[in-house]
Amino acid sequence: MKYMLLIHSGAVDERGGAPECTVEDWMAYDKAVRDAGIHVSGESLADLVTATTVRVSPTGERTVTDGPFAETRELLGGFLVIDVPDLDAALDWAARCPGSRDGGAVVVRPVADFGA
Amino acid sequence: MAGEDASAEEDLPAAGGGASAEDARAAGAFGAGPPGEGCGAAEAVEAVFREERGLLLASLTRRFGDLDLAEEVTSEAIEAALRHWPAEGVPARPGAWLLTTARRKAVDRLRRDRAYAARLAVLQADAERDDAVAPAADVAGVGELPDERLQLFFTCTHPALAAEDRTALTLRCLAGLTTPEVARAFLVPTATMAQRIVRAKKKIREARIPFRVPGPDELPERLPGVLQVVYSVFTEGYAASSGPRLQRLDLAEEAVRLARILHRLLPAERETAGLLALLLLVHARRDARTGPEGEPVLLEEQDRGRWDRAMIEEGRDLVVRALTGGPAGPYGVQAAIAALHDEAAGVESTDWAQIVALYDVLLALTPSPVVAVNRAVAVAMRDGPGAGLALLDALAGEPRLRAYPPYAVARGDLLTRLGREGEAAVAYREALEAAGTEPERAALRRKLGE
Repeated sequence: MKYMLLIHSGAVDERGGAPECTVEDWMAYDKAVRDAGIHVSGESLADLVTATTVRVSPTGERTVTDGPFAETRELLGGFLVIDVPDLDAALDWAARCPGSRDGGAVVVRPVADFGA
Repeated sequence: MAGEDASAEEDLPAAGGGASAEDARAAGAFGAGPPGEGCGAAEAVEAVFREERGLLLASLTRRFGDLDLAEEVTSEAIEAALRHWPAEGVPARPGAWLLTTARRKAVDRLRRDRAYAARLAVLQADAERDDAVAPAADVAGVGELPDERLQLFFTCTHPALAAEDRTALTLRCLAGLTTPEVARAFLVPTATMAQRIVRAKKKIREARIPFRVPGPDELPERLPGVLQVVYSVFTEGYAASSGPRLQRLDLAEEAVRLARILHRLLPAERETAGLLALLLLVHARRDARTGPEGEPVLLEEQDRGRWDRAMIEEGRDLVVRALTGGPAGPYGVQAAIAALHDEAAGVESTDWAQIVALYDVLLALTPSPVVAVNRAVAVAMRDGPGAGLALLDALAGEPRLRAYPPYAVARGDLLTRLGREGEAAVAYREALEAAGTEPERAALRRKLGE
């Protein structure tokens, strides 16, 4: 069963950069996930100042805006997709993620299975 | 006494905004049972199946990994029993009959559903493997079915589910209440409760909340959540937070039953013994706790002759088990406090010094303003109303106590004992504003001389 861990950073500084966790924490976690053989995919996202939003109106008109900026305190900073037997296992991996500490949060969502 | 309870019970559903008692029965799990004059018999059968239902459900959920499917075929198997047994006689092993019937129905259902076809092969292999060891499991289980309800307890009370959903699912799946009965217990419309249960089961299925007992390393983290659900069922039954009546005995009874099952399944866990002890020691006072018009009767004014001595004895034995062999947990300590009340012949002869000491332990384990209020009242009994009032006044800034009537009532009572009637009246009025049930409000109006 695949689960996506949406890694939200806690306190965010002016430039949208996060984290109290060290690079070593993240590298160790990434290695643990890969060594466990559960890694499906994952990326960390670049600074929020680089984000651009696209909306298409009912008439097909495209609107492109800069942002969003840090309106909410918790920002998606990256994601990870893992393949584990059940929710408890996914929650354990979420709890081990450095992003779940220091005011951050990891949202665990099962990946929809359309029976393919 | 019992007669009063029974008649009071009949009054309960009307104000619920949900189903009446008749609706609950008609829509119950056994609703397809014999009509007309068979009704009394159907109810008797229903009571017999209540215990079996949880066992069956747990066993099928483990086999098929799908709570919904397990619930449907459990109900169908029981309906089949109600149809066949009166004519053909009760089989030699009713539990095994029910399990086999339910399993066949589940397999039929899965066959019809092509999406499940691949899974079925795996499940059948599993089932065959299980059947090979089944005889041993049967002997080990309670009655004929291996008892897999502990797994179901941990699934229904999983922290990934909303707190209210955990309680609803536990009542539905483990206490064997019908959805209208669960709705009635929470005073919400049946449709609302049905939606809530469907949503919770969808989460269990789609997020794949496992059906398993946590390992020894996880148990200390997970068990309190299970106990909390049973405790909240009890407190809602013991002191209904809203509605026309102060106590809802049916819920309290269910909580005691669930605590018994848990204690049987986890006999070595001290807090499981502590929870059962606490529920028994408090529930033992049920008949003395309300007056003839349903008004609350304070502990000090209760007719202790109406306390259930057998239940107190059982609770006291469990307290000993809960408090020996390791550090005490919060349920064990609360049970010990309840035991001291239950053992005393009256308020004066109650061992208040010991009760204060136990509240100190409890405060250290679970710091909470509510516990601090109870401790202050015990101090007032030990050292006089002035000492208790000083402690209560020190809690005045606590946000959690603002809408907590017992705090204002305790202040009012101590002020009355100190002869400060004017201030007492202010406190009682505050409590009156926040009181949730009509009998509570009536008692406060009496205190105010209205």
